[in-house]
Amino acid sequence: MSKSHPRLLHHFDDPEQQLEASQSGMWLFLVTEIMFFGGMFIGYTVYREAYFEVFAHASNHLSVWLGGINTAVLICSSLSMAMAVHSAHQGQRRKIVFYLLLTMVLGTAFLGIKFTEYYHKYGENLIPGLDFAFKEGNAGQAAIFYSFYFGMTGLHALHMIIGLGLLSFLAVQAARGRFSPLYSTPVEMTGLYWHFVDIVWIFLFPLLYLVGRH
Amino acid sequence: MNAEKMIRNYVMVFVALLVLTATTTAVAFVDLGAPWNTTLALGIAVVKASLVVLFFMHALYSRPLTWVFLGAGILCLIILFTFTLADYATRDNVGAGPLAGAPAAGASARTSGTTP
Repeated sequence: MSKSHPRLLHHFDDPEQQLEASQSGMWLFLVTEIMFFGGMFIGYTVYREAYFEVFAHASNHLSVWLGGINTAVLICSSLSMAMAVHSAHQGQRRKIVFYLLLTMVLGTAFLGIKFTEYYHKYGENLIPGLDFAFKEGNAGQAAIFYSFYFGMTGLHALHMIIGLGLLSFLAVQAARGRFSPLYSTPVEMTGLYWHFVDIVWIFLFPLLYLVGRH
Repeated sequence: MNAEKMIRNYVMVFVALLVLTATTTAVAFVDLGAPWNTTLALGIAVVKASLVVLFFMHALYSRPLTWVFLGAGILCLIILFTFTLADYATRDNVGAGPLAGAPAAGASARTSGTTP
């Protein structure tokens, strides 16, 4: 890489330094995200210990099928995202666009399944605050489980929606040929974000759907 | 690392993630006794997360600084969990100690199973 790189900003020495600054910034942001979600995970852990029985019963109202399929969908989208980053590094324009769009389709499928689940919970009166009804134990404790469920999956879904926005922006940029082996930083950074969101779900799925199943 | 090897790694990680998802789901329906269902579920989740971080997020091929960020995040998370859970796990002991007669605010609500 040379000093005459078209994307090199004047306050960086060379493209490598510029890329390393972006990577450091992105990883630092992801650390703040770890703590952001971490607060909810510790809250969930404390309440699950306190209301163990009811949390298990409440958890069993979630569909393992839909949750499991959604996990698979998200893992597929992560592979697709990794391939988009890889294609960007290789400078294969059509492949970048294809994989970005595929990632978006899978991300949208995830959200579709997620909102189907939300709708089922609405029908079963399991949304706290909306005629919440629970017969297998203390309804107040079950409402806490469902508050965590909607809070954590809702925030995860919000991250997915933001990710889809970023991906649609990238897809347009990629189609216009903005990315090359010399410059693919936005694709790479969005990839890091997308994989992080996948990791959050990797922990949410067992903790919310599976732990009360046996 | 050449392009084909990279793609092969991605696909292998992808297959491993799907297999681990199927495993954790199947095992969840078997009663393994007190802490083991949760331990195994979290253990598999940690393995899956590590695969994503190392291969999909390229941590394996990244500079040491990336590892510092990653380590700092995990360390903060461990501090958060250790100190919070140490508090909740030992709260009931406070009532029997020198402060007997002044039970901790959270302790009674937790043990009697009422809504706080």
